[in-house]
Amino acid sequence: MERIPILRMGEFLLVTIQVDMHDQLAMTLQDDLSERISSTGARGVLIDISALDIVDSFIGRMIATISGLSRIMDAETVVVGMQPAVAITLVELGLTLPGVITALDVERGMKLLRDRVQSR
Amino acid sequence: MSALSPRTIDVIRKNEGSLLASWSANLDASGATRDARIGHAEFESQTKEFLRLLVSGSARGTVNDIAGNEWSEARTFLERLSRSRALQGFDSQHTAHFIFSLKRPLFDLLQGEYGNDPAELATQVWAVSELLDGLGMHTIRTFQKSREEVIARQQEELLELSTPVVKLWDGVLALPMIGTLDSQRTQVVMESLLQRIVETGAEIAIIDITGVPTVDTLVAQHLLKTVTAIRLMGADAIISGVRPQIAQTIVHLGLDLQGIVTKANLADALAVALKRSGFVVTKGA
Repeated sequence: MERIPILRMGEFLLVTIQVDMHDQLAMTLQDDLSERISSTGARGVLIDISALDIVDSFIGRMIATISGLSRIMDAETVVVGMQPAVAITLVELGLTLPGVITALDVERGMKLLRDRVQSR
Repeated sequence: MSALSPRTIDVIRKNEGSLLASWSANLDASGATRDARIGHAEFESQTKEFLRLLVSGSARGTVNDIAGNEWSEARTFLERLSRSRALQGFDSQHTAHFIFSLKRPLFDLLQGEYGNDPAELATQVWAVSELLDGLGMHTIRTFQKSREEVIARQQEELLELSTPVVKLWDGVLALPMIGTLDSQRTQVVMESLLQRIVETGAEIAIIDITGVPTVDTLVAQHLLKTVTAIRLMGADAIISGVRPQIAQTIVHLGLDLQGIVTKANLADALAVALKRSGFVVTKGA
């Protein structure tokens, strides 16, 4: 079965979405990620969606859910590299994703994550 | 297929002078010639030209086939006329009146000519009426088309005018908005700004609304959408240029701009942006 890889980088987890998301894939990612956060004790999660150019309301909600559940499991989440078209679509769908932390690219996202984890 | 009889064409040709005179009188009576935008001489040459084309056209073609080849010269003339009227800012009534005011002089002429032949008079009056109606409709159609062209061109120009994204500093973009914000413009503005953020990697975008005349709930919603989209991409947005009246309107309407950084002018917004990016501005000795 198709899976989205979750890579470990020190105390952070890195998720890069390179394929078109469909609902089952999103559900699997959600389960896998919560599993990995608990098994590794990660302090932060970075989700790179720069290759994602089609979203629907389900995927939008999935991003919010992942961000929410990792925060409860004591890991900061940063979503990076959202494409303009994706951002516009989410806004038009009414999904403003409050509480989700965003950054322009992976590098800035990593810096932001480090800062936030350190200041806790 | 009705057509003008050779006799009618002949009589029009013979009485060209008096026809032109009474046509001009008719136009004068409606006040059309007193407009400063068209000179008297221009009017005269236009009426003369049209009458000539009318005669030469009806000598060749039928009256209910304006789209035919025989009328191509007359059509071109009318298209040119209505286009120039549209550009000069006349309304459609004025333009159509130019043709319809020829009806009465022509009817009078026909009545004099066919006074003792009512059947023929009716046929010819009908033919003339049909012809002038067809030409008049063609004129209005062209007039409308030229007006629509003008409007479409202006809209395009406005759209282009509204989307300059400027780089103020390393990592700081500014978008000076000018004019009313509607959905279409917001869409264009949002897209070009987000695209520039991706290209430049700028972390702060300043939206300056000094040139936006009014802010209502819809405009505020559009602004909120843009700011949210910018945040989703991982950059920060600052709204600047909030004039006192606009601030009052926003408060009176009960609009919620919480979570959005607003500044009174672009300079303040730039100062905040520089501070956030870690720049310090000092005055030289």
